[in-house]
Amino acid sequence: MTTQALKSATKGKTMNKTKLSFLVLLLIGLVAPYAIYPVFLMKLLCFSLFACAFNLMLGYGGLLSFGHAAFLATGGYITGHTIMQWGLTPELGVLFGTLCAAAMGFLFGKLAIRRQGIYFAMITLALSQLVFFLYVQAPFTGGENGLQGIPRGKLFGLFSLEDNLPMYYFVLAVFVIGFAIIYRTIHSPFGQILKAIRENEPRAVSLGYDVTKFKLVAFVISAGLAGLAGSTKSLVFQLASLTDAHWHMSGEVILMTLLGGVGTIFGPIVGAATVVTLQNYLSQGPLSSWVPVILGLIFVICVLLFRSGIVGEIQKFMKKNFN
Amino acid sequence: MAELLGFPPQVLFGQLLIGLINGSFYALLSLGLAIIFGLLNIINFAHGAQYMLGAFVAWLGLKFLGVNYWAALVLAPVVVAAIGIVIEKTMLRRLYKEDHLYGLLLTFGLALIIEGSFTHFFGVSGQPYSVPAALSGGNNLGFMFLPTYRAWIIVASLIICFGTWYMIERTKLGAYLRAGTENPQLLQAFGINVPLLITLTYGYGVALAAFAGVLAAPIYSVSPVMGSNLLIVVFAVVVIGGMGSIAGAIVTGLLMGLIEGLTKVFYPEASTTVIFLVMIIVLLIRPAGLFGKEA
Repeated sequence: MTTQALKSATKGKTMNKTKLSFLVLLLIGLVAPYAIYPVFLMKLLCFSLFACAFNLMLGYGGLLSFGHAAFLATGGYITGHTIMQWGLTPELGVLFGTLCAAAMGFLFGKLAIRRQGIYFAMITLALSQLVFFLYVQAPFTGGENGLQGIPRGKLFGLFSLEDNLPMYYFVLAVFVIGFAIIYRTIHSPFGQILKAIRENEPRAVSLGYDVTKFKLVAFVISAGLAGLAGSTKSLVFQLASLTDAHWHMSGEVILMTLLGGVGTIFGPIVGAATVVTLQNYLSQGPLSSWVPVILGLIFVICVLLFRSGIVGEIQKFMKKNFN
Repeated sequence: MAELLGFPPQVLFGQLLIGLINGSFYALLSLGLAIIFGLLNIINFAHGAQYMLGAFVAWLGLKFLGVNYWAALVLAPVVVAAIGIVIEKTMLRRLYKEDHLYGLLLTFGLALIIEGSFTHFFGVSGQPYSVPAALSGGNNLGFMFLPTYRAWIIVASLIICFGTWYMIERTKLGAYLRAGTENPQLLQAFGINVPLLITLTYGYGVALAAFAGVLAAPIYSVSPVMGSNLLIVVFAVVVIGGMGSIAGAIVTGLLMGLIEGLTKVFYPEASTTVIFLVMIIVLLIRPAGLFGKEA
C-alpha cells in the first residue's frame, strides 16, 4: 500500500515535471520568432511533430516503420491539391491531408501488422516505395516538379497567413495540438496496453487484448500526425515535392528519433532540432556534399554508443546523480 | 513471324530476358540477405551499398590497376567481403544481444556513409564499364537476338545460386550453418566456433552482393546509387518469398524478375510497382511468404 502510494507520488512528480518542461518549451515557442528566423522555426516544428508521431510507433509500440515518408508526403500533396484545385481554406486543407494520411496509415497497418520486427520494417519500406512510384506517375502531384506555389490563404477565411509571423503561430498551434494528442495517447490506458504489447506481446495476448487492433490504431494515429506535419509543412514552404516521399525521409525521421531518444516524450523534438539545424548549417558550408555521410555517421555512433539518445542519456544521468 | 499474344515475339522475349536478368540479381541479393538473416538475425541494409562497392571495385581496378573483368569477378567479392568482415568484427558483433532492429539501423547508417562518400567523389552519374571481349556480341536465335553477356549473367548467377544452395543444404559446413540458425548455443556446446561461423557467413553474404555488383557493371552503369533502389525491391522479394528457405529465395527472385518483365510488355506503367503489388497480395493470402514457415 505504502509503496503504491509512493509510486503514484513519484509518478505525479514526473508528470508535473513533464508538464512544467512543456510549459517552458511553449513559452520559448511563443517568443522564439522574435529572435530566430520564423521559417526555420516552422521547419523545426514540422519535423518535430513528424518525429514525435514516428516515436509513438517505435518508442511506445515497439514497431519500426520504415515508411513514414509516405504519410508526410501524402499530407503535403493532398493539402496542396485541395487548396489549389478545390479552393479549400488552409485549416480544411490541412485537415483533409491529415485524414488522407491516416487512411493510408490504415491500409499500411492492415498489411504490415501481419508481420513483426524486421519484416514490419521491410514491408513498410516497400509500401512507401510503392507510394513513391505512384506519386511519380500520378497526375495530381506534378511529377518531378511537385506542387509549387501553394497559397497559404486565409485561416477560417479570415486571417491571412501570407506573413511569416501569423503563419508561425498557426504552425505552433498545430504542433501543440499534435503533441497533446500524442501525450494523451501515451498516458492513457490505451498507451499502457501499447507498452505492454511492446514489452511482452504473448502476455498481452494471453490477457485478452486484441494486439493487432491496438497496433493498428496506434499506427493510424501515428500516420495521421505524420500527415499533419506534412500538410503544415507544405503550407509553410508552399511546396509539396517528391523529396518528402523518398525513403531518405523515412531514414531521417528514424535518425531524429534515435538521436533524441526513442520512447521519450521530448527526445524526438531534441533530435529533430539537432538534425534540422545541422542540415541547415552544413548545407551552406563546404561540407554540403557530405551531409548524408555525416547523418550516416551519427546513425552508427548512436547505435553503437548511446542507444538511449540525448534525452535518454540525460534522464539516466539525472537518475544516477540526483535520486 | 506471327504475333504472340498480340505482341511481336521479339518484344515479348526481349522483355522476358531482361526480366530474367533482373531476376538473377534479385535472386543473388535476396539469397545473401537470407543467409545473413538466418544466422545473424539482422537485415543487412548495407547490402545495396555492398553490391555497389563490388561494381566500383571492378571499375576502379580496371581503370587504375588494369585488373580485367575475370579477375574482378573473383577479387571484388573478396575485397568487399573483407570490408564486410571488418564491419562484422568491429560493429555488428556488439549488437547481437540488443534488439535486432539495431542491426538494421547500424547497417542503414553504414549504407548512407558508403553511398554518400562515393557520391561525393564520383557524382551520381554512372561510369561506363565495357563488356569483356570474350562475352561481347550475341546470337540470333530466330525468334530473338540474345546478347552473349546477358546469357552469361543468367548462367553465372544460376551457378552461384545453385552452388550456394548445395553448400548449405548438402555439405558438412552447411549443416553447421543450418544448426547455427536453429540453435547457436547448442552448436557452440558441440565445439563449433560459432562466432567465426557468423563472421564467415556475413562475409559470404556480402561477397554474393559484390559478385552481383560486378556482374551488373557492364550492363548498368556503375553509379553510387545503383544499389539502394534495387535493395528496396529485393526487400519486397524477400517478404514475398519468406526467408525460411534458400531455394525459396532463389526461385522467388527469378519469378519476380519474370513478372516484372511481363508487366513491362503488357502494362508498362505498372512495371516499377508490380513487385510491391505482388507483395501486398502475398501478405493478404499468405502472410508468412510463399516459402516461409508460419510463425
